[in-house]
Amino acid sequence: MTVLAGLRLASPVVVAAGCGGTGRELAAYGSLDALGAFTTRTITLDARRGGPVPRLLETPSGLLHATGLPNPGVDGFLATELPWLLQQRARVVVSVAARSLGELAELARRLGTAPGVSAIEVNVSPPDTGPEPELMSAREPFQVGAAVAAVERELPRGVPVLAKLRPDAVRVVEAARAAVEAGAQALVVGQALPASMPDGRAAGLSGPAVGPLALRCLVEVLEAVDVPVVAGGGVATVADVRARLALGAVAVQVGAALLHDPTTAARLVAALDPDTTSEETPDR
Amino acid sequence: MSAGGPVSPVHVTGEVLASKRIGAFWHLTLVAPGVGERFRPGTFLAVSVGSPDEGRTRLARRALWIHQVRPLGGYAATVQVVVEPVGPGTRWLAGLERGDRVEVTGPLGRPFALPKEPVSTVLVGEGYAAAPLFSLAERLRERDCPVTLVLGAPDEARLLNALEARRTARAVTVVTRDGSVGARGEIADVLDEVLRRAGADVVYAAGPTPVLHAVALAAEAHGAWSQTALEQPLTCATGLCHGCPVPVVGEDGVARTARACADGPVLRGDRVRWDDLAGARS
Repeated sequence: MTVLAGLRLASPVVVAAGCGGTGRELAAYGSLDALGAFTTRTITLDARRGGPVPRLLETPSGLLHATGLPNPGVDGFLATELPWLLQQRARVVVSVAARSLGELAELARRLGTAPGVSAIEVNVSPPDTGPEPELMSAREPFQVGAAVAAVERELPRGVPVLAKLRPDAVRVVEAARAAVEAGAQALVVGQALPASMPDGRAAGLSGPAVGPLALRCLVEVLEAVDVPVVAGGGVATVADVRARLALGAVAVQVGAALLHDPTTAARLVAALDPDTTSEETPDR
Repeated sequence: MSAGGPVSPVHVTGEVLASKRIGAFWHLTLVAPGVGERFRPGTFLAVSVGSPDEGRTRLARRALWIHQVRPLGGYAATVQVVVEPVGPGTRWLAGLERGDRVEVTGPLGRPFALPKEPVSTVLVGEGYAAAPLFSLAERLRERDCPVTLVLGAPDEARLLNALEARRTARAVTVVTRDGSVGARGEIADVLDEVLRRAGADVVYAAGPTPVLHAVALAAEAHGAWSQTALEQPLTCATGLCHGCPVPVVGEDGVARTARACADGPVLRGDRVRWDDLAGARS
């Protein structure tokens, strides 16, 4: 049984923010209630249309993305997307980002009291923040702490706040400590790496290319803090998941792999389920 | 019009049953259980580049129009796709041989909406993107809809199935940019005349954005509906990544952003804000 910040998860496999669509598209390839959790795309206070194309580009073993975080805003999410996810009996973690600490607090107030929201994941350092309105993206540990605190203060008991940290091997431990001191009940290590589109636009890099880097960050964070840690970054195979759990992560996030094979999460859930004897084909 | 709801896709390891070069295109016939059975004209499939046994180095999927679904070699519903090798992914696909395996997801997207009445239809396609129009023509004829076909291409090598077209449609107009077959010029040059002569009620189109835009404008000028199958660069092709925005106007007149893959690929031509769509001006 996977327990994350007091939440009992059906599986250690969690869908990462921004890689499961609205949930409806992913549900075609496996039921959402079998997942450890479904992390929504990042939700902001006001709706965002997202950035110009190209929004995603293929790089060797990676995906570059600069979507601009399109989303229907918190009102649209609560009205149209959350009810459907709850109908599927999905455990819902809502990813949030904002232009200011005040907006983050407002998001936490609105989402923390919405029935069915299991946890809030603060996207503290989105790698692509534009186009206007530009979102906060923490560079310094104190900014990470401030963002986490702004959310934590507003959440009712039983709704934990998770901080998703930028996998910068040099700074990630400081950021992790700042997040925990500010009240983060769990950490997610493995945001996309800050990268750039060929035209210079800020972007994130995800996929197997970033796996070893994110793994280094995971190891350092696990040594430094006592809260549960969710491992993300380049997770695609059963071996990837087992390696991270063996190192001490309580769960994993599957992201870019879903864009390549939408059945990835369902396959990993099945392969890791102790009650099934299904033979997962060895690593692909 | 019976609106096309999204179809339910499957993700399977498929197998190449045949690969045949015709002109500049490779026609690949795939055994992909479940895909052909669910197919409706206008839906597409996504393939992974690279053998399923060799790791993941090219992560973006390649979206391909489903050209034909037919029983072949003991399989109930093989799917045929048309590939024009222009980049590393499509070149890899063109190099596949009988028996090679390929990861396939499909059918994806919303299909062409079909009329309930036997109305006059014009089908417009350019290059390999004309692929979905042939099965659409069959469905329309089953509904007693007169079908007129307009096929365009840069040259004869990139003109898809002009011979088959003459069996499928009541009238066929062929346009090539270099004049190697049919009239010399652009599809846009002939649209008004074809729509007028056919008395078109519905115009279906598949091709590059400028062609679709021209079709939407011409259809509106003739008081016809248009159904345009957009071809935008897709990454996941399944609706997960939000990487293929299409500016549209909703039923309520409010500007919105649709996804080419999951809300499309077929959208009503009068709903697309063509001037805001990347690639609208060639």
